[in-house]
Parts: sequence; C-alpha cells; structure tokens
Amino acid sequence: MRLLVNFSKKKGTAPIIAQAVKDTGVLINVERAVIDSSEGEALIEVPDDQCKLIRSTMTRLGATVRQLEHGISVDQSECVDCGACISVCPREVFSFDADYRLVVAEDKCVLCGKCIPACPHKALTLPV
Amino acid sequence: MHKSIETINERIRDGSARVVTAEEMPAIVSELGEEGALKEVDVVTTGTFGAMCSSGAFLNFGHSEPPIRMERIWLNDVEAYGGLAAVDTYIGATQQSDTLEDQYGGAHVLEDLVSGKSVELRATSRGTDCYPRRTITTELLLEDLNQAIMCNPRNAYQRYNAAINTTDRLLHTYMGTLLPDSGNVTYSGAGLLNPVTNDPKLRFIGSGVPIFLCGAEGMVVGEGTQHSPGGGFATLMVKGNLKEMSPDYLRAATMTGYGVTMYVGLGVPLPVVDLDVVRATAVRDEDISVDLVDYGVPSRSRPVIRSVNYAELRSGAIEINGEQVRTSSLSSFRKARQVAAELKGWIEKGRLQLALPTRPIDPTKKVHPMHERKKGPRVLDIMDRQFVSVGESEEIRAAAQKLLKGETNHLPVIADDGKLSGIVTTFDISKAVANPGKAVTVKDIMKKKVVTTTTEEAVDIAVRKLEQNNISALPVVDKDRHVIGMLTAINLGKLFGGRWLK
Repeated sequence: MRLLVNFSKKKGTAPIIAQAVKDTGVLINVERAVIDSSEGEALIEVPDDQCKLIRSTMTRLGATVRQLEHGISVDQSECVDCGACISVCPREVFSFDADYRLVVAEDKCVLCGKCIPACPHKALTLPV
Repeated sequence: MHKSIETINERIRDGSARVVTAEEMPAIVSELGEEGALKEVDVVTTGTFGAMCSSGAFLNFGHSEPPIRMERIWLNDVEAYGGLAAVDTYIGATQQSDTLEDQYGGAHVLEDLVSGKSVELRATSRGTDCYPRRTITTELLLEDLNQAIMCNPRNAYQRYNAAINTTDRLLHTYMGTLLPDSGNVTYSGAGLLNPVTNDPKLRFIGSGVPIFLCGAEGMVVGEGTQHSPGGGFATLMVKGNLKEMSPDYLRAATMTGYGVTMYVGLGVPLPVVDLDVVRATAVRDEDISVDLVDYGVPSRSRPVIRSVNYAELRSGAIEINGEQVRTSSLSSFRKARQVAAELKGWIEKGRLQLALPTRPIDPTKKVHPMHERKKGPRVLDIMDRQFVSVGESEEIRAAAQKLLKGETNHLPVIADDGKLSGIVTTFDISKAVANPGKAVTVKDIMKKKVVTTTTEEAVDIAVRKLEQNNISALPVVDKDRHVIGMLTAINLGKLFGGRWLK
C-alpha cells in the first residue's frame, strides 16, 4: 500500500520516517521524496497489513498521512495509443497490450509526472 | 500472371474482391506463395497515423455585407495566411495561437471544426472601393464554409529516423521527450503498414490516386515537399474534404518544447496486379531499417548511432552498447491498423475503386540541403581573441588581480599541459574572499565542468549554450582543448551593430 506523507518543516527536522521504522520495525520503501524550504512530501510503500500501524505512528510524530489509491490517469478520449509515454516513465507504468492499446499499471506509478509533458495529446493527469 | 486494374475494379463492384491489410500480407505470401497470393489477393490496404506537421487547409468563408478583403485573419486567435484572395485563407497546422501559444494552434482549429465546434473568425483590412469593410468578427461552423479543403504539402513519410540523445541534458524535440545519456529511443511510422513502404517504387501512388485521409476519401496530389525516395524518405502531397473528415483520425497535438502539430490518419490502397506488388506488400517490420540518430547534436548532419528496424523498435527496447534502452513510438500503430481496416471495409463495400496515377512520382529523387550563399555568423566572427587566463596553481589573489586588470568577469583556467581545465568568475572569487581560509589556489575554487565553443560553431548554437546553462561566457577551444579565445555576452552585442542583422 502506498502512503503520501507530508511533514511541515516548522516541526523541526525530526527524522519521521526513520523514527517510524525504528518504533514499528516495519520496513518502509521510499519511492519519491521532495523537500523544500517549508515542507516535505514523501511517497512511501508499506506492507498492506502494517499500513494502519505506520499511519498512526507517523501521524503521532506530526506528519499528515494520506493513502494513495490512484496513480497517473489517462483520458481515453484524448489518448491515441501512440506510446510516447512508455520510455520516459522510470517505473515502467505504461506498456502496449497485444492490440497496441496503451495499458497503465497504476499500482507502479510514483506520481513523478515525467510522462505528462511527454504526452503529445495532453491525455495524462496526476490525481489531485 | 497479370491482373488488370479494370479486373480488380470489376471485382470491387460485384463485391468479390479480396482485400487484405498490409499487415496480413506477409503471412498470406508465406502460406500461398507469391503466385498464390497474386491469384488470391486483389487489393492491399495500408495505413499510418502519426504527427504530420506539414498539414493545413484552404478555407473559403463567402462574402460578408458589406464585403471585406481579408488581409490579416485569425481563427480562434491563430493567424491564418492572408495573402490569398478576399475571403480565402490557408491555415497551417503548426501555427500557434497568439494568446495560448503551444497550447492551441492551427491543428486545434481544424480538429474543432471537424468536431462540429464553432470557431471565431477575426479579420482586418485596409478597405478598398470594392471591399470597403475594415474589420469583421464572427463565429463559424464547418458547415458554414463554402469550401474547407485539407491540403497537406508533406505527409506520409515512407519511414522516419529513430531518435536518441547522448547529451547529459533532457531534450524536448519534435521526436518527443529524449532522456539524457541515451535514456530512451523514440520513433515514428507504422512500419509494415506504411503506405509508401509497400510501394517503394511508387508505381501505384501518384496524382489522382484515391486514399483514406482523416476518415474522408482524399487523393494524392503528387510528390510531397522534401520528397526523397532515393534515400528511403518519399513523402506525399495529399488533399481531402475537411467537411467529410472525422476527429477519430485528425488530432491536434503539442510536442512539448517544440510546438503544435497534427496527427493525421492516412491510408493508400494498392492494386495487386503482378508479382512485384506481391513482393513489395509482403514487407515485414524486420525488413525496414532506419537510422538511429543522435538529436543531441544540433546540426543538420546528426551522427548515426546505428541502424535499427521496426521489429526491434516495436519490441519495446533495443540494445545499445550492451544495454537495453526502452523505445517509445510517437505514432499510433493501433490507429494505423484502424485506418487500413476501415479502408479495407470501404473497398469491400464497393465505396471506393482504385485508379492508376495520372502523373507518376519520381521514385529516385533525392532531397538536397539549402544552398546557403550567405553564411550566418560564426563564433570566430565575434569572439575575443585577446583574453586573460590563469593557471591552476596560482593564488586566488593573483586571479582577482587578473580579473581587475583584464576588466573581465571570466578567467579560463589552464592546466600544466596547456589545456583548459576549468573556469573562475568574479562570483567564485568574491565567494572565496568572503569566506577566507578554505581555499588557497585557483584549483580549489574553479568550476571544472566548463561549457565551451569552437571557432566554427554557429553563434545561434553558442547563444543556446549560454541560455541553457545560465552562463555568460564560453571559452573558445581548438581540437586539443587549448583556449584560443572567449565568447562573452558582450561580444554578442556586436551582432546588433548592423553587420549581421539586416
């Protein structure tokens, strides 16, 4: 299961992810992290059965945690199945099926957004 | 055995013609043999669906009351050509909106018209005795126009080079997003379904031949611009009635960092009259090779990394220097199949009969580059031959003095072997002075990654280097990396002295 963790820098530079790993013993996979002057955001993956534990631990440590259900979305009326997105995606989210229809493995998406400008038909959007 | 085109058309009329797509043909030939395939198949349909920038349409609006001779014309804020007669225009697919830039262009206007949306026409004129009106603004639907004739000067490339980027910078090109360090490969074209690829000698593709164009029945006008079949890059000029087209096969697009383009669905039916047609239409993806070209080099003659075929490209990854590099198609093979299938349906239903070209297209012609009689400025024309440099082991203080004395902001750093090894700027020196103690010599503070230019480089390319790297000077080096001059933003001022800009 994937969680989007937001932490404000005002709370100091507490190592929230490391602390959560230490407290729970759950191994967290950080898929993406963006940290700027005022806040940080990390996309993490945790085993399904320990999701609740991680959520509550991180919330206690001062982070805002949101479960991520959707990856990149494709507007089927705009997509022409060209495949321009396929090779720019670092996680191999996009591929063709046997009929050369674009297939999206949403669960692999880390919401990096690299595919969005690569799509000539503006068919790709990130979930808000 | 030879079948005449009349025989084939007769079969189309009585519904007995056997029509197959170019994708089905290789298997038919290997199953029935060439003679068998000639006997069995009457028509092979081809198809392609990809970015064809060189597209557009002639529009005739009819006369207003009082009448106007339109001199400048905009459709949804996209300027259309105003140099035709009073109420005619040509709107080009790649023309961008004055307000929305690459988010909307001529291709979007055409797609909106074909989709049944209304489009705002705005035009201005000086006003004449016969055409007194000076401005007009109105809304028009495609059905309101007298004529809307798509005429695309260069479509249906026989095949197209594949693209890669060996630089360390992400590139946005008309070949799509190219990741740095050869991170991906992009390609275009429908391979074995491509029209001209199935008739490389252009025996059956020429003026007057009926085709599928964006869902309508169009025709080949003749050779396209930049037509170069001698090198495997034939192109076609095509036309069709925009009013009969479908947004399923006409799609506006934007290549990020490049601009607006239009995806066009185009298919050509080929009559199977003899064994040569059978052999040509039995072409497979693995038989069609293209060059993998390095788009990191901003020159007409880009280096070729290697040759690749469509089967490799379509497999999803190709091998380059022992590594698997993923490939992306920019054109849609699924839509190309739909084009070939729909064209096949038309012929099976007797809606479209075949015709021989009324004018042949030269299958040997080769494109040549521009004959530039006047060369643009090169770095050597404006660079500073007098410059001050500094040695790696000199003290920072000495470098500061050189900057002051030389009245410059950039010092190329020369290593003991006489070659360029770095660069220091007034900023680097100020930083070192403001934080004393850490650095002593030039080597400690210089930037080792230096962007350079050469005497022969075009100034336009040097200017792009300055912009992209957010810097204001380039050392000019020879082939041994010895510094022979400097090009700074100040030198560029020379260009505005009237010597080069006319």
